[in-house]
Formats: sequence, C-alpha cells, structure tokens
Amino acid sequence: MSNDKIFHVTDADFEAKVLQSDLPVLVDFWAAWCGPCRAIAPVIDEMADKYDGKVKIAKMNVDENPATPGRYGIRAIPTLILFKDGGVVDQITGAVGKAIIEGAISKVI
Amino acid sequence: MDKKQLVIIGSGPAGLAAAIYAGRAELHGLLLEKLSPGGQVLITDRVENYPGFPDGISGFELVDKMAAHAKKFGIEQRNDEVVSIERRDDALSISLAGEDNILTEAIIIATGATHRSLGVKGEKELTGKGVSYCATCDGPFFRDQVVAVVGGGDSAVQEAIFLTRFAKKVYLIHRRDELRATKVLQKKAFDNDSIELVWDSVVEEIIGADSVEAVRIRNKKTDQDSVLEVQGVFIFVGIQPNTGFVKGLVEMDEQGFIKTDEWMRTSEKGIYAAGDCRSKPLLQIVTAVSDGATAAFAVEHDLS
Repeated sequence: MSNDKIFHVTDADFEAKVLQSDLPVLVDFWAAWCGPCRAIAPVIDEMADKYDGKVKIAKMNVDENPATPGRYGIRAIPTLILFKDGGVVDQITGAVGKAIIEGAISKVI
Repeated sequence: MDKKQLVIIGSGPAGLAAAIYAGRAELHGLLLEKLSPGGQVLITDRVENYPGFPDGISGFELVDKMAAHAKKFGIEQRNDEVVSIERRDDALSISLAGEDNILTEAIIIATGATHRSLGVKGEKELTGKGVSYCATCDGPFFRDQVVAVVGGGDSAVQEAIFLTRFAKKVYLIHRRDELRATKVLQKKAFDNDSIELVWDSVVEEIIGADSVEAVRIRNKKTDQDSVLEVQGVFIFVGIQPNTGFVKGLVEMDEQGFIKTDEWMRTSEKGIYAAGDCRSKPLLQIVTAVSDGATAAFAVEHDLS
C-alpha cells in the first residue's frame, strides 16, 4: 500500500480498531480481484492525506476476513462504511468519485 | 496561466491510446482521470477479442500494459474530476472538482460509459445487497447460491458464464426469444449446465427485505407473472454514456452519445470524442483505441 496513513483491519481487530476508535473510521471493503476497488484506490489515498488526524482510513480484505462483511450484509465491493462511536454513519457501494466520499465524511467532522 | 494544447478526459482504452499518440506527437497535453486508469476494462474478467492476445488477457493486465505504455510517452497525468467545460475566446476552459481551472486549445472527451439500470421496484434499495452490475466484483459473494442475470448481449452472457464459477445455478433472463450476444458466447452459455435460459421475460420487481430473495418476472408472450427465488441479480442491460457534463455544449444522439465526424470532431470546435461515449455502431476496446488514436491525430492536424 502506497499510503502509510491507511491501516489494514481484520476480523480479529475490527472491534478494537474500528468500533472502539476515538476518531471516525472509513473502512474500505475490498478484494484483489475487484476492478472498481482498484479504481477508487487513488481517491482513498487522497482522503487519507486530506483528513489525516480527523478521520481514520482503513482497508479490510473481504477474502481474508469474511465475518465482518457478513455482519454488515456486504454483498458488493467496493463498499465503504463510515463508522463513528461504533455505529454506521454512512455506507457507499461502488466506485464513486471523491465528491460523494467527502459528502459522507462531512457528516462526522 | 499555462495553456495546454490538449486535455484528454478519461483514461480508459480510448484516453490511454489518445495519450500515447499525443505523447509521440509531442503535444503539450494533460490526461485527467477521476479514479485510476482502465475504465470498464477493470470490471472485465478476461478480454478475448483484443488482437495480439490469442489466449485472452485479464482486464487488469491489459489496463496495466496500456497505462504503462501511456506513461512511457510522457504526457502529464493528473487525478481530478471535470465539472464543466466552457469556451473562453479562442481557448477552452475546464473546471475541476479539485484544483484550479485549466485552459487548453483542444479537448478529447474519453469518459466512457456506465451500466444502465432496469428501473424496477427494489433495484435501487437492494443495490449492494444482492443487486449488482459487476460480476467480477461481486460474484464470489454468491458461492453455491442461485442468481439471475438480466440481459441478452455480450456482457450479460459472458458474465452469466463467469458466475457459474461461484453460483450453483444462473438464470439468464432475456426479453426476447434469442440472444444478441456473439455466437461463440451463445454456444458457451447453451453448453453450460448451470445456466438456464428464461426467454421472453422481463423483470418487474426485485423482492427482498434486507437482501435479494426473489425476482418477479413477466413472460411477454403469455403475459404470465412468476417468481424466481434468487439471492443475487446481476443486471447487464446496456450502458449509458458519461456525457452529462457536456450536455448542451456538443451534439449528442437521443441516448446522450456524442456525435462526431470520422476525425472524432464534435459539433464544437476544438472538442473531440473517443471511445464508448461516442455515438457509433460497435463499443469495444479495439474501437476505443482506434478512436483515441484518430482523435489525437486530428488534434495534431487541426492545431497545425
């Protein structure tokens, strides 16, 4: 991963790193075989730089971590879920531009 | 302000080909992309009809090769989204979502197309919850389940075949009594035991509370309604061009595809269109790269 501000999250540490996070967390559910996941990667990178210190950006590989996507009913990727205080604030499916992602982030900062 | 000779909007096959030709012609150009390069090729599992790859090539690999090729020829690339274009005296001004405006002499619109939706009840509500427009992305979520594919063209049939890798059964629902897809794909579908054709039928409603549970279909010949229990619905009923941002500026056909002459010139001086956003008979990677090359050549020709 090119951006060191983005961290990986797994089924094992999702609770601690996302649900109990003091800052809002935008989780990008992705997989290696998913073209649109790759398409939005530069936008996710940009968000990580732009909102550094305000919103954390995480990625979860759905191939390696089936439990969390199942828990949130994810049946399409990329799905972005914005969490705050353990709850879902917004959910975006598909490769969208930064305007839509920033619209979601603006609800928590 | 620095004025470009050429700005290419979009880096799918058409935009990348235009960038290669513009770079080699040493035009002072810029390639704009809002996501990462590749466009619709990124959601294609395997490309089997692009010359030079007799064994087929994965969509990812083809995109990587094209992007590397475009990079090599040195046209500047930037990640940003175009909001609008307007004429400013003898130049064109491009407004961006992120940074400042750009002034340029010529623009090649290569923004491609996106999937069209069915427009039925339940579709929007259940998108991402069983309704999908990308088999390569979402197919693995439907392992050992039953899914429906809607459509009868190349995409629908190819993705139905792809989905049999995961789903135990794939209904291919088509509104007519024959497929429009190319013959070689039709044969593969007919020979596949996991695919069941549902002819003459249209989807009326996608049913499900939190996720897709069934589709209600109507047979157009008998006018009978029936319900198919499925956990996923993959919709491939054509595409719509990404041309909303130039509506009213350049001439388009009824569906919004941009009209051009054979040099890819639009109705507006200095603006060209290439690839799937252009009104033409065959929307393929091979015709997209052809358009891109022609458009870059036309820009070079018209500027000199």
